[in-house]
Amino acid sequence: MARITMREAISQALWEEMEVDQNVFILGEEVGVWGGTYAVTKGFYDHFGPERVRDTPIAEAVIVGAAIGAALTGLRPVAELMTINFAYSAMEHIVNEAAKLHYMFGGQMVLPLVIRAVGGGGRQLGATHSQTPDAIFAHFPGLKVVAPGTPEDAKGLLKESIRSNDPVLFIEHATLYQLRGDVPDSDYTVPIGKSKIQRPGRDATIVTYSKMLEISLKAADQLVQEGIEVEVVDLRSLRPLDMEPVIESFKKTNRAVIVEEGWRSYGVGSEVAVRIYEEAFDYVDAPIQRVAQKEVPLPYNRTLEQLALPQVEDVIKAVKEIL
Amino acid sequence: MPKLGFDMAEGTLVRWVAQEGEQIAKGAVLAEIETDKATVEVESAYEGVIARHLVHEGDIVPVNTPIAVVGAPGEEIDFQALLGGNGEKREPSEEEGAAVAAETVVPSKKEQAAVQTEMDTQLPGGLIASPLARRIAQEEGVDLKQVPGSGPAGRITKKDVQSYLESPPAAIGVPVGVVEAPEKAVAPPVAYAPEALPPADQVVQLNRLRAAIGRRMTEVKQQVPHFYVTYEYDMAALMALRSQVNALLPEEEKTSVNDYIVKATALTLREFPNLNASFKGSEIVQHGQVNIGVAVAVEGGLLTVVCHDTDRKPLRLISREVRTMAARAREGKVRSDDIEGSTFSVSNLGMFNVEHFIAIINPPEAAILAVGAVQEVPVVKGDQIVPGMRMKGTISVDHRVSDGAEAARFMRALQRYLEEPLRLLV
Repeated sequence: MARITMREAISQALWEEMEVDQNVFILGEEVGVWGGTYAVTKGFYDHFGPERVRDTPIAEAVIVGAAIGAALTGLRPVAELMTINFAYSAMEHIVNEAAKLHYMFGGQMVLPLVIRAVGGGGRQLGATHSQTPDAIFAHFPGLKVVAPGTPEDAKGLLKESIRSNDPVLFIEHATLYQLRGDVPDSDYTVPIGKSKIQRPGRDATIVTYSKMLEISLKAADQLVQEGIEVEVVDLRSLRPLDMEPVIESFKKTNRAVIVEEGWRSYGVGSEVAVRIYEEAFDYVDAPIQRVAQKEVPLPYNRTLEQLALPQVEDVIKAVKEIL
Repeated sequence: MPKLGFDMAEGTLVRWVAQEGEQIAKGAVLAEIETDKATVEVESAYEGVIARHLVHEGDIVPVNTPIAVVGAPGEEIDFQALLGGNGEKREPSEEEGAAVAAETVVPSKKEQAAVQTEMDTQLPGGLIASPLARRIAQEEGVDLKQVPGSGPAGRITKKDVQSYLESPPAAIGVPVGVVEAPEKAVAPPVAYAPEALPPADQVVQLNRLRAAIGRRMTEVKQQVPHFYVTYEYDMAALMALRSQVNALLPEEEKTSVNDYIVKATALTLREFPNLNASFKGSEIVQHGQVNIGVAVAVEGGLLTVVCHDTDRKPLRLISREVRTMAARAREGKVRSDDIEGSTFSVSNLGMFNVEHFIAIINPPEAAILAVGAVQEVPVVKGDQIVPGMRMKGTISVDHRVSDGAEAARFMRALQRYLEEPLRLLV
């Protein structure tokens, strides 16, 4: 076990997969000579060379379009989008081509494509650079959407994503790169579409993922001092969505709070809540709560930005609401 | 005929407020209808002219049946086509009712909302319980109505059902087969348990009666300038007379103190026509009849039952009428005649041992008498303090109609009847 940052974990996953498979290559804005906007690919250009570490124009449609083409020819591209907010410029390629080609051509080709995209708010980047549109992408069948909340999961899930023959949107949270955690030394992967209980408890179930896992675990730490033990389930991937641990936990606690960073309406919370009602109605003992971002374009002002984003106190309040 | 309660199947059209040929504004009162709980005003959903009443006063009409046709001024209405048949007053069939419903009177939004609320509170099962609590209750055979809810708005949760299962209230300390009559009322166990949460706030939707009382009393208290006069009566003679009278009567016909007060009030009012009156803008209507209303507590509110021509009826008949109507009111089967036409009301809280209280005038009456309990009190007679039977009465009067001196004279005149009660019988 090594205690490393999320940045190192993602970097290691890329490095290791590039080492073992010549078909894996990366492309994106500033990923090469500069080493990545978030320094994930530092040193890659020198080690793997310009053929496999490609700087691209500032044109997301080109990055994703080229990656799709490469994947169709049998390569395993890992495209980096500097922020997920720029994915809108490549929407056609992501949701109409990557998500559908395998299906529309009767399975004649596979798309072993990974799009790494940096999402989330909290760094004062303004309304257009701070979004959490995870649910939008999770809406499309044909696309896998992965969003890890720990270094261990980030490394294992990224390796699994690169090895997967399906197009994967791999969402990294901008404020999690410094998060440290234990990571196995072995060559391991984490299966996509498996939720995980990150903290056991009996009084209520918090369902969350990505950055909000960190927030939820902090809330759990505070709640336990008041004798309230919450179970925290980490979805880890939004599509496929693994509800089994959620339902199992809910049948035990009979209460749930869903914590997501994106806006509340039409969000992950809505989906998870309805699935609970569908699959465990007779175990519902209190209305399911949602904690999510205030429904405004995220403010630039630091105080307002923090007010709009879900905080530890919001989670605690929501839990207490239903106990 | 609007549906004013989830279980209302029919209503009686008590009175047409707007007559045929009259202009009516949207929201204006069209008619009064009586359900088995109360008399309610129906508002017109349309503006126009009342072309025709489709039902007679006093008719019992199924809900959703058209009761009137409202047309544009001067509009030629083909009743034949609209209603079928000869267009006479009658009860149309359901299909026809539906066909003309859009043209006729429907309940106002307010009434519909009231109906909706009433229905909502009935679903599901009339209590709030989480799905999990419901399931456990079903599995364990627990009647959820017996389980106190601790959640928001009194929601019954798993915890509540479980703690009920652990200690159902009825099972505490009652050994099977051993029933002992307690020597005296045992104080209930102290419910205070510091570790338990206090019960949550309960939200109770207003029923129609409650809402109507609230609306009318607010109006009266805001619009009618009340003043109050309190008087104390020596009730010893009346109590003695009542004992003698009741000794002659079968159990179910025994007279109440209130019967004497009602009769005494009616006779006194005969001498004070100005207090047996209604204020009507620029004039005061002094009623020819003396019809005493008697306030009756019913579930969720109160009604005033009316004894017509009280001053001319013998005490025993007054007693029987009030008793019968009060029983009907408590059973929710009050008839429109029972609650219509009072000219003065009496409200009595003596049975609760209330010493004295003041009442709000029951519109359109000009005054109301509030009476307390007959109490044994020390009274000064000459140089002696002796036991006496005293009762306090307070009259509330509309100051637009009368003044303090008249009210005081009324209270003093009432004294003659109450303190020389043979006057009530001759």
